[in-house]
Parts: sequence; C-alpha cells; structure tokens
Amino acid sequence: MANEFDLNEVEVWDGNYAASQALRQAQVDVVAAYPITPSTPIVENYGSYVANGYVDGEFVMVESEHAAMSGCVGAAAAGGRVATATSSQGFALMAEVLYQASGMRLPIVLTVVNRALASPLNVRGDHSDMYMGRDSGWIQIDAFDSQEAYDLPLCAFKIGENLDVRLPVMVHQDGFTTSHKAQNVYPLKDAVAYKFVGDYVPVDEMLDFSRPVTHGAQTEEDWHFEHKAKQHKALMDSTPVIDEVFAAFKELTGREYKRVETYMMEDAEVALVLLGSSVETAVLAAKQLREEEGVKVGIIAPRCFRPFPYDLIRDAMDTSSLKAVCCMEKSAPGGAMGALFNEVSAAAYSTNARPLISNYIYGLGGRDFAIDEAKRIMKEQKAHADAGHITTNIQQFSGLRGPKLGFYETRRS
Amino acid sequence: MSKGVLATDNRGIRELGAEEKVGWDQVTQGVTLNSFVGETENAAFLKAEERVYNDFNSYTATVASWRIIKPVYNRDICIDCQNCWVWCPDTSIISRDKQMLGIDYDHCKGCGVCVEVCPTNPKSLLMFNEAADNDVELAGWPVKEKKAK
Repeated sequence: MANEFDLNEVEVWDGNYAASQALRQAQVDVVAAYPITPSTPIVENYGSYVANGYVDGEFVMVESEHAAMSGCVGAAAAGGRVATATSSQGFALMAEVLYQASGMRLPIVLTVVNRALASPLNVRGDHSDMYMGRDSGWIQIDAFDSQEAYDLPLCAFKIGENLDVRLPVMVHQDGFTTSHKAQNVYPLKDAVAYKFVGDYVPVDEMLDFSRPVTHGAQTEEDWHFEHKAKQHKALMDSTPVIDEVFAAFKELTGREYKRVETYMMEDAEVALVLLGSSVETAVLAAKQLREEEGVKVGIIAPRCFRPFPYDLIRDAMDTSSLKAVCCMEKSAPGGAMGALFNEVSAAAYSTNARPLISNYIYGLGGRDFAIDEAKRIMKEQKAHADAGHITTNIQQFSGLRGPKLGFYETRRS
Repeated sequence: MSKGVLATDNRGIRELGAEEKVGWDQVTQGVTLNSFVGETENAAFLKAEERVYNDFNSYTATVASWRIIKPVYNRDICIDCQNCWVWCPDTSIISRDKQMLGIDYDHCKGCGVCVEVCPTNPKSLLMFNEAADNDVELAGWPVKEKKAK
C-alpha cells in the first residue's frame, strides 16, 4: 500500500508538479519515461514518489521517447494503468508509437508540456507538438494553468479508461508559462482523487493467461479500413463521456470544465479563438476593451482539441451578434492556413451567422503574447466587422519583427 | 496431397485471407485476436492438436499453396536429433516425446532449412517438387555416401 502524501488545502505548484501529483494520486502502475525540457519534472517527481513509497508502481527509465511510449504500450497491453510525459522532439520521436497506442485502444495518459519543434532548436512553449498530435487518434485536452494541469489528468484517466472509450488521452499544458509558473492549486486528498479516477479495469490484458491474446496484429486492405473506422467512431463518440466526467468532477470539486470554454460570447460582435495559457491573456484583454472602448469581444477556447468539438464551436458562433472571428495559432502552419482556422471555418460554414474569419500566427518559440497586442487584434476584428469584409490579409503574423507578413485577401469584385 | 501428421479437423481449413469478412461494427476492439475459443487454463501444457484454436489463429489457415518445393521425411534414416524441429521457422516439423513424426504440410512453406540442418548420411529430409509422390521418392531414396579415401 502506497504512503499517503500530506497535502494542504491550497498548495503552490507549477504545472509540472501539479501534473506529477495527479499521476501519483491515480496510482499509475507503469511510467516508462525519457526526460526532455520542459516536461522533465513530471517524470522526475514521479520517480521520487515511487522511490519514497508514495506509489505502488514501476518507474522505467528507457533510452528514448520512442522506447518510452513503446514501454507504455507494452505495459498497457499487459493490463496496467500507464502514463508518461514528454515535449517537443520527444513527442516527435514518440509519433510512430502514438498511432500504435490509439489503434490498439490502450488508454495511456500522456502529459505533454507543449514546446516548439526544431529547427531552430528552441526549448520555449508553442503548440507545434500539440498540433503534430492531432491526427494520432488520441483524445487531446488542454490545460490553461497549473490547477487545470492537476485536474485534467485525473479526468483523463477516467475518460480514456471508460469501457465505451478505451482510447489514450493527452493532457497538454504550455511549456514554462504553465509548466514552470507557480500558482495556487487546490488538490484533492489522495483517497478522494483515487476514488474519482477509480480502479483500473483491464481489457484483453496479456497477463490474463486463461485467454491468450494477440495485440498489434497486422491487417492489410481487407481488414485495416474497418478497424480504423471503428477507432474513429470511438473517438467521435467519446464526447458524451468527456462531458460526463467533467460533470462528475464539477460535482466533486466545484471546478467546471467544458469541451469548449467560452467567455462573454452571449453578445460578442467579435471573437478570438485560441488555446493554452494565452486564453487568460485574451480574456483579460477582452474585459478591458469592453470597459475602455465598448467593443463587445468574446473568447472561444477549445478545451478539447481532439475530438474536435465541431458541435460546440458551431454553437458558440451561431449568434446573431457575431460578425468577425480571429483564430490564433501558436504553431507554424507549414504552408497552409492554421489548423484552428481551417477547422473553425468549417464549423462556421454551417452557421447562420457566417462570421468573417481571419488567422493569426503568434507566439512561436515562446514569443510573448501581451494584453496590448491582444487588444490590437480585437480592434482589427472590429474594423473587419464594421467594413463587412476582412480589411487585412486573411493570414497575418503577430509579434513578428521585420516587414509586414501576410497571405491572401478577401475576394471582392 | 496429404495434410501431414497430426492434422486436426480445423487445421488449415481455409486459405490465409479466405476468412469471413465482417463490417467495422463487428471487428474486435484494438485489433486484438484471441488465440483460442473460450477460456483455457492450461494452454501452455497442451499439444497443438489438443487446443481449440479460434478462426483467426493461423493454425486454422493454410499456406500450402505458397510452396513450390516440399520436404519429404524418411523415418528409416532419421536419428531423432531434433535439429529440424529446432530450426524450422514455421513450427511445421511435428515432433512428440523427442520423436520426429513428420511435416505439417498446411504451414510448411518449403524453405528447405530442415534439409540443410539434417546431419544424417544420407539425409532424412530431402526437397522435391511439390507435385512429386512421397512414396515414389521414398522408394528411390539415395544411399549412404562413402567417405573418399
């Protein structure tokens, strides 16, 4: 039996420590990990919990992130509760095995501390790794601060391990701005947190010798498509379970999470859509701009990046007041409009409101995103709304030095 | 063509890939494949012919059609050294109680490794054309080669 960890009602934790405490309270059986900045403290702390008797589990130090996720897949197929953490290049090195984990329907929890991808090498936070994971078949949930970096992994185990879901879950937080920023966090007592997560229920576990089972079979053109369709349906159908788990968590803690967080959207004329620690900045800027200049700004923040909350994004935008929306992407778009822009636009296309939608690339490699810049972008959206068309390039760059950079314009005759 | 020794009712009953195709709603979660029908407490202690393999175990599929040459086994010369049993990459050498019984022709792909590793003189396993008659080849088996002086 693991020792109980003495916790105060309120602790001062950074996002990494918060996530590591959540993994400890879930009593993960196996953590196979390889360290990488800025996520290292999550698994480093977990190793110390194991060493000091706070977890009945195994910490496996492996030789790479590919091996880390492979170890997680093996342990999960064997029938254990499994988690690990990574960032950036480590995430990229895991990429192959991420697809194996989701295809094998193994509910591993991966805490990702978002960091830029090289080149140029950069340890700071942006969303390149999170965006890279979006087709991997994992549920992706985004924590915007330290409290959420603690709360959401607890929810992640309960969501992924639900027998109607059985999918791996990533819980993201922003490198440094969340992972290394100490904030007040209200933890649950160990027994309360564990009871919320629940005992792990294995499915088709390899250690059940009464029913020998093959995991990771090869399928060619005669079977592969059916398996991928079934997997996609499981991911699409996970939304009610995510909602149920969030509701149960609110019941327990009073802290409410939604697949899409919206702020001041009821009467908003313009809106920003963005992810991660920037949401708090944007909400503050929106409140100030409403007070200072009367611009009715709202904020849409997808809590759940995958499955993409097409329904709730559409609902959030389907108001008669909404005229212009800007999708803010903290990831280099690689020769396209940003992913949020593309997906939010697709959801907006089936609304009556059909707001103007533009795209900003911002904050790459940890470039600061401040309140004044957020307000400037909001006022620019107001100008689009007043003109009835996008008055700038459709894709622009925020906080970038050098000549103005932008792509595409509204077609007008 | 004989199916070889110890063939059970469901060994090699269909060509690989000829299994019934079901829709996405009926495939297993996570592509898992159970080896046996129902529960088994002691599968590790059962011989292949005593186990109840399920339809998606390769035991029930045949790949005999992949083979163009086949090994033929001559019991009269074999010394039961088990070399072929150890080296066969497809567990197609059937041996029980350290006695070599013959070949599983449902799963043998005709690689010839068993012949290569056979230490007897003449060899107890030789490769022949797939269409050859085993009895005819056994009747005309080569004789012992004398050592050159």
